[in-house]
Amino acid sequence: MTQMPPLVALVGNPNAGKSALFNALTGARQKIANYPGVTVERKSGRATFDDGQPVEMIDLPGAYSLDPDSLDEAVTRDVVLGNLEGHRRPDALVIVLDAGNLDNHLRFALELIAQGLPTVVALNMVDLAERDGLQLDAEKLARALGAPVIETVAVRRRGLAPLMAELERTLKTPRASVEPVAVSFGAKNQQARDIARSVIVSETSGRQWTRRLDSVLLHPVGGVVILLALLFLMFQAVYGWSEAPIGWIESGFALLSDAITGALPDGLFRSFLTDGVIAGVGSVIVFLPQILILFLFILLLEASGYMTRAAFVMDRVMAAVGLSGHSFIPLLSSFACAIPGIMATRTIMDQKERLATILIAPLMTCSARLPVYTVIIGAFIPSTTVGPGIGLQGLVLFGLYIAGILGAMLAAAVIQRFVTQSRTSSFLIEMPRYQWPRLRDIALNLWQRAWVFLRRAGTIIFAATIILWALLSFPKAHVGSGISQVEYSFAGRVADGLEPIVRPIGFNHDIALALIPAMAAREVAVSALATVYAIDAADEDAAASSLGPKLAADWSLATALAFLAWFVFAPQCISTIAVTRRETNGWKWPIFMVTYLFALAYAAAGITYWTARSFGL
Amino acid sequence: MQLDHLPLNRAAVIRAIDWDVLPDQEGHRLRSLGFEPGVTIEALHKGILMWRDPLAVRVGRMTVALRTNVAAAIDCELKP
Ligand SMILES: Nc1nc2c(ncn2[C@@H]2O[C@H](COP(=O)(O)OP(=O)(O)OP(=O)(O)O)[C@@H](O)[C@H]2O)c(=O)[nH]1
Ligand SMILES: [Mg+2]
Repeated sequence: MTQMPPLVALVGNPNAGKSALFNALTGARQKIANYPGVTVERKSGRATFDDGQPVEMIDLPGAYSLDPDSLDEAVTRDVVLGNLEGHRRPDALVIVLDAGNLDNHLRFALELIAQGLPTVVALNMVDLAERDGLQLDAEKLARALGAPVIETVAVRRRGLAPLMAELERTLKTPRASVEPVAVSFGAKNQQARDIARSVIVSETSGRQWTRRLDSVLLHPVGGVVILLALLFLMFQAVYGWSEAPIGWIESGFALLSDAITGALPDGLFRSFLTDGVIAGVGSVIVFLPQILILFLFILLLEASGYMTRAAFVMDRVMAAVGLSGHSFIPLLSSFACAIPGIMATRTIMDQKERLATILIAPLMTCSARLPVYTVIIGAFIPSTTVGPGIGLQGLVLFGLYIAGILGAMLAAAVIQRFVTQSRTSSFLIEMPRYQWPRLRDIALNLWQRAWVFLRRAGTIIFAATIILWALLSFPKAHVGSGISQVEYSFAGRVADGLEPIVRPIGFNHDIALALIPAMAAREVAVSALATVYAIDAADEDAAASSLGPKLAADWSLATALAFLAWFVFAPQCISTIAVTRRETNGWKWPIFMVTYLFALAYAAAGITYWTARSFGL
Repeated sequence: MQLDHLPLNRAAVIRAIDWDVLPDQEGHRLRSLGFEPGVTIEALHKGILMWRDPLAVRVGRMTVALRTNVAAAIDCELKP
């Protein structure tokens, strides 16, 4: 039997730079961001020592102690104590400390060292400490802690080699097994503060950027205005900045489609390529620029340290519906995707508040809804401006985001009042120093996002679209029989069954057809409609043009608005349901979630449709 | 003086914390964040609009946000 590589866990307080160090050591790409509670799971990766010997590293959620207050901290405790089923206990620990925050981080370090495992301390973020005018004596710290201390700057890959060398040495030094020593909390706290004070070499007051920025961003009135302006800018930019690049991608696909039509004889294969692949999957890929712009904003908010400030500003508003600023952070992440948002709720201490946050996370407009919104808005809302730099289309998109947020607030209020029956929520969070987002990190992250999106388009969206294309193409309607291919096909017949249910809320046969495959991924609603119309167009020998104008010709405005309202609320995503099941340990809550969201969606679409109809739209 | 009534930007020392009025988890997290008798703190910002809640408080080299109901359990004394 070959020997297992040694197992080394990175542990420390939240936001100390554990994941940054983990990425630097293993080449992994775990999420790092400038707020506490980014990592919520155990992740492992491989690093190698100088002699080429492998070592397995694990990245852990940040914790304040081995006595957890929230689920993410419990993961860390279980790993460190070796209680996690199916995983061995680490052979050594790397304790990651924020050099600028020793007062606070040393207590947990002392608790960890007392566990008796071989330990190396990474004194991280020494660059930031220097920026703030703080100089520390690493050797003195090592003597006080009784463990080797290596200075590191994880994000600049500084100190990695000495850290690995020290780790190797520590692992290879035979040592008598040490029993954990129990020291009282208060005593450890005092000891931690004493050590922190004693290792300071010099301390000049730095430029206090954080404090100065905070007096603007946390200003009682200014802070609110800035947060709202930022969110408004974000949603406007998603629309405004993406128009040109979307146009380029669209014309690229049009050229490709024409080339294929010219090169191949008419037939099933050509229809597969032009109607299924290009019209279908292509109609989703064109939204890549929008999704990247959205992610750019979210990444900047996360990396700068603004996230916890936004939570601070929003706390009172969230408290009104039984939540807190703490739940605002996962909800903001849900604008990208509800799945990481739901995972991030693990950091919420109050379990009822956590449950309520999970249940409303799908109401935040995730990036998968953008293609659906944009297609409909593009087809039905005129592209005019309503003010300097404010487009009507962007404003409608903003309105849809707001509708989702208001729906979520309302749902939270009802859930906290009647379902979880919770009267408390809590908000207690540390606010990190501001940092300039590093361009390289942001660019890499965006690239990763683009890749994930394209892979999604190439796999799940592609598969769903192709299956739908096949179900739409067979059986073949007789040419000249007067029956449209779409209605005659398998898929068309299934939609016939669904249509009576959605007819009262203004949906037509095509929408009924698109709703089912959209459960696989919301974007499929767009590719499905595109495929339906492409096949219909081939039927009528009409020239293929983009989806928007066809919808505008075929749907009433009332139907379009109802369709949008549906997508604001509908739980159209199987992965979200699955992750809810995992995070709530059972089917009870996902079933509750799906039921209430479908009910809301049906009601909202119906009300929208009939209101619009009564205005004669 | 209770922390929620402390004037902004003035250093103060925590005299006592009434752990009993705090829910267990919040008390524990508060201690984990370094709030203990004898520690120097400074109120930096008071929350938004008419609520003036939550507070941003400096403990050691860190800024912590907490609600006024928690701050009310922390008794402090302004440094001269
Ligand atoms: N200047 C500087 N920034 C760092 C350093 N290490 C990490 N950071 C930044 O600090 C922030 C936190 O880093 P993470 O690696 O996410 O911290 P973490 O310990 O994994 O945090 P949690 O997962 O929340 O417990 C990020 O914004 C990093 O870019 C460093 O050595 N110097
Ligand atoms: Mg992390």
